[in-house]
Amino acid sequence: MNCDETYKGMYLYLDKEITVWRRWKITRHLDRCPPCSRGFDFELELREVIMTRSRERVPDDLRRRIAEAIGVEFSDEVNDPPQGL
Amino acid sequence: MANQVDFAEQAMPFMDKLYAAAMRMTRNPADAEDLVQETYLRAYRGFGGFQEGTNLKAWLYRILSNTFINTYRAKKRRVEEAQLDDVEEYSLYRRIGGLESEAASRTPESEILDAMPEEVVKEALEALPEQFRLAVLLADVEGFSYKEISEITEVPVGTVMSRLHRGRKQLQSALYELARERKLVPEPISAATKSMSPPQSKPSGTPDEL
Repeated sequence: MNCDETYKGMYLYLDKEITVWRRWKITRHLDRCPPCSRGFDFELELREVIMTRSRERVPDDLRRRIAEAIGVEFSDEVNDPPQGL
Repeated sequence: MANQVDFAEQAMPFMDKLYAAAMRMTRNPADAEDLVQETYLRAYRGFGGFQEGTNLKAWLYRILSNTFINTYRAKKRRVEEAQLDDVEEYSLYRRIGGLESEAASRTPESEILDAMPEEVVKEALEALPEQFRLAVLLADVEGFSYKEISEITEVPVGTVMSRLHRGRKQLQSALYELARERKLVPEPISAATKSMSPPQSKPSGTPDEL
């Protein structure tokens, strides 16, 4: 697999939406090709940046309104993910 | 069949995430609050029909997406469709790449990413055409699979892939422009600014190390 083919498969690869065989071929190319490998790493870092720097926190007032509307007590605990998942 | 008593316990923890998605989609806090509230009310009322064991988070996003489309989108649709010409093969990496690494532990590209402030990331996301924006949010912010995004947005997987591809390219282009406005990336060398693709042939006498 050459660099162009590797780049064409980049999103499928990073999205983990690729066959095992193609995944293996791309991984093999990345192991041998530092420029491609660096390009893939950049894409992953970019995703991390997009994910972590676009967060929001629900205003307490809205959380309270929704909690009341569906008949539960408002408490800070609802901020925490459920235990044991 | 799901019990409404369980709804709060199971659905409330997703509220910050849904609110963030609502902020990106509506682009303002007042509409985002309305959208999230409406989503939770609809979900609560419809929770009896939710099949337990299936993906509650995806189900909530589907309600959010439908509510958004029905409430906020109708009036803008034509404008958004007109924006679909795009920069299909744009690559932020290639745009800022070619900067030689100085044997530092961080590459120059990584440093530029590190310097991207939250408001730049948010603004770039919000600048995307709606359909692309939703696909990118669902994939890159929420980590849904193509199949899940297809179910949430009610379009075929092939369409999801196409929207994601184009959305990501446009996002990278927007990030670059915003970062450049803020002087977070080096000014491009003038000869290279016009064309996205590298020049096929160099004029004679041009030094190679450009």
